[in-house]
Amino acid sequence: MTRTKQLIRRVWQDFYLVIIMAFLYAPIVTMMVLSFNSSKSRTQWGGFTLDWYAQMFASRNIMSALHNTLLIAFLSALIATVIGTAAAIGISSMKQVPKTLLMGITNIPMLNADIVTGISLMLAFIAFGISMGFKTILISHITFNIPYVILSVMPKLKQTSRSTYEAAMDLGAGPVYAFFKVVFPDILPGVLSGFLLAFTMSLDDFIITHFTRGAGINTLSTLIYSEVRRGIRPSMYALSTVIFLAVLALLLVSNFAPRKKA
Amino acid sequence: MNNSKRLLAGPYLLWMTGFIIIPLILILYYGLTDRNGAFTLANITAISTPEHMKALWLSLVLSFVSTVICLVLAYPLAMILRHRGVGQKSFIVFIFILPMWMNFLLRTLAWQTLLEKNGVINGILTMLHLPSQSLINTPGAIIFGMVYNFLPFMVLPVYNVLCKIDDNTINAARDLGASPFQTLIRIWLPLSFPGIVSGITMVFVPALTTFVISNLLGGSKILLIGNVIEQEFMKGSNWHQGSGLSLVLMIFILISMALIAKYDKNGEGSAF
Amino acid sequence: MRKRMIALSIVAVTAAFALGGCGKTASSQESGSGADGGSRELYVYNWGEYIDEDVITQFEEETGISVVYDLFETNEEMYPIIEAGAVTYDVVCPSDYMIQKMLENDLLAEINFDNIPNVEQIDPDYIQMSRAFDPENKYSVPYCWGTVGILYNTKRLEELGVEPPTRWADLWDERLSGEILMQDSVRDAFMVALKKDGHSMNTADEAELQQAKQALIDQKPLVQAYVIDQVRDKMIGGEAAVGVIYSGEMLYVQEEVADLGLDYTLEYVLPEEGTNLWLDSWVIPKNAANKENAEKWIDFLCRPEIAKANFEYITYPTPNKGAFELLDEELQNNKAVFPDKDKLVNSEVFSYLGDETDAVYNNLWKEVKSN
Repeated sequence: MTRTKQLIRRVWQDFYLVIIMAFLYAPIVTMMVLSFNSSKSRTQWGGFTLDWYAQMFASRNIMSALHNTLLIAFLSALIATVIGTAAAIGISSMKQVPKTLLMGITNIPMLNADIVTGISLMLAFIAFGISMGFKTILISHITFNIPYVILSVMPKLKQTSRSTYEAAMDLGAGPVYAFFKVVFPDILPGVLSGFLLAFTMSLDDFIITHFTRGAGINTLSTLIYSEVRRGIRPSMYALSTVIFLAVLALLLVSNFAPRKKA
Repeated sequence: MNNSKRLLAGPYLLWMTGFIIIPLILILYYGLTDRNGAFTLANITAISTPEHMKALWLSLVLSFVSTVICLVLAYPLAMILRHRGVGQKSFIVFIFILPMWMNFLLRTLAWQTLLEKNGVINGILTMLHLPSQSLINTPGAIIFGMVYNFLPFMVLPVYNVLCKIDDNTINAARDLGASPFQTLIRIWLPLSFPGIVSGITMVFVPALTTFVISNLLGGSKILLIGNVIEQEFMKGSNWHQGSGLSLVLMIFILISMALIAKYDKNGEGSAF
Repeated sequence: MRKRMIALSIVAVTAAFALGGCGKTASSQESGSGADGGSRELYVYNWGEYIDEDVITQFEEETGISVVYDLFETNEEMYPIIEAGAVTYDVVCPSDYMIQKMLENDLLAEINFDNIPNVEQIDPDYIQMSRAFDPENKYSVPYCWGTVGILYNTKRLEELGVEPPTRWADLWDERLSGEILMQDSVRDAFMVALKKDGHSMNTADEAELQQAKQALIDQKPLVQAYVIDQVRDKMIGGEAAVGVIYSGEMLYVQEEVADLGLDYTLEYVLPEEGTNLWLDSWVIPKNAANKENAEKWIDFLCRPEIAKANFEYITYPTPNKGAFELLDEELQNNKAVFPDKDKLVNSEVFSYLGDETDAVYNNLWKEVKSN
């Protein structure tokens, strides 16, 4: 009895999951199909082709946007990780009041609307006389990435015990040496996940980049936005298909490969 | 020793002052001055013109509706995910996260293709001899796009708090004779409240301020407050007014912040 | 914050491949550009899809100048970027009225025509036309021109029982409900409404503008969407019966319709009330760092064979008579692309109306949009 009931419930649950999944994946499937459509039109099927994939690799706009996107994501994540980790250590050793204040500032870019963050940075760059370009995008990305790093590192710092660090110092280790030998290994997972978070955020951003980019520079998001209104080239679909499949493959490998216990 | 440690926060402090605090002050400055640099409240009160009020009202309505839909869709989903076995769980979560790796502009654009008059959905309807629907360029399409883009923002925090609820609590309620409905109302909902609040703000704020979704799925026929602000800046009409309207928008963001601070004190609604 | 959840879950799920995954960054880069080389560079700011990319490569190979090429969508988006000077471009391609605005706000540098011998390839008619916004022909060199008209789907109109449009006023036909694509830019939208009622599209008259605004509000329920360049794809896809479109898209539309073997045809008409005759020209901003390179660029683009290559890619009518003569006779006679000059008598070129009138237009447009 209860078993049939459970079975029915299970079927309903699966049904619900499938519906939501269809909702989430419908546009992605559409995009993949379009990347093989020989007609440029989004509503007419003109036959199967791989031309768009060839065009994608040949287009210097797309390739340089891809290059910028990855480079900015990597650099901004790296710099944010360094500044953020240092800040987390500093903040954790502060007293309650400055700590709360600094954490409040940390929360601003995360809670604020992207459009406001983007606009405020644009106004600041113009006021500072920094010309828009690669470096302004990089600065903006570092700015919204730092909080993610701090928030990933902080909980790990709370878990590390102060006494091991002090013990290391008592045994004659310098503060830097003691830090890298004792504290750093403990917080490393937090630092890594902060880095990854930052990397992902940077890849995904459109709105803030939209307001802070400058001459001759596009990330994939801004390139797509500029093409959306003009009728997007199917080579963009090809690129997304490739990125999607690459991520999928990596994730599947990591999920099904024999895993080491971390 | 602690002094030297505290200095490590120095670069961060400088950075955040330069690129968070000062920029926000600049918005404040632009919002409260006119083209000649004289103090004025005109940019703030501009929100009361009929076209801005309409845009703001429409943004509030659409983002409210999408938030409610997201919640209604996400809660059962999070419950189902919680009940699944451990090994399966991470795989299912992964399946739900995966689409987020696709550029959101492209995903939204793909919805255009699906919803268009001669699009895929209407194609299927016609094949089934059903009347085709006009789906695109309506407020409904915008809500649809918002739900699609922001649903995971609701699922994840709710899912995270649900996972922290102890099975024993639920069993205890049941043993004491609570019906499933009573369990939901008296146990599940109150315990998952922090997650719900943070989910709500995480859907509501970006939905309220979007300009991309309304452009792509609304055929530019529907003007949201995000579109107004974006146009004031990017179409070069008036940065002062754009800043003024941003300040008004920030009031809503501050309200969200306050809600989070009140109901999600320990950051339970987050993944930490 | 919102994204934090997503990313954290990604991290949780992908922790296993975390370290390996980052290697992707280093390996999958296939850099396409590198813009250095001292002063041997040129910053170009142009409309999207408004040049044959091979032409840029050819220019770089021939001159050794490396080109940094950037795109804008609308004149209004381009202007504040140039004005703020946060980015310095060497050569920009705005439209008529925007050139006038830039000129009035002292943002343009005088072009040294000694460096541009090929300017003689430009049909004098268009040099004459340029005087509307560049009275002494000192600041601009025409690149493309065209008209704005109505594109219609013959079959769809037949189904609806509506005769093909000949006038702007036909876009207010109630039978076309949900079948109209309008332009999503202030001046173009108001041009349609103003011309319909026989006003100048450069009017600053309050009553005329109010009337136009009301007309646009009345029309809005009939409009399927306000779009810019998507008109083309949507019309090819059979999404709408009529669309306001730039004449330059016509060649592409005609080719694509033929290629796809569609069961309908798309025709272009220049409305009787007259239309917007537009001209996009190259100008050099005052703060340009590489002015001579910019002049080389303009001169290069004026070469007949280069202008022809660009025309074939962009398909917007070229003012370059050398290039025109190189075209097939069939193309030269394509009236949608190169209309007879007597068809254009009622048409005007946009002029810049001043910041205040601009603001009036913008506010009225906002009223239309939010209605």
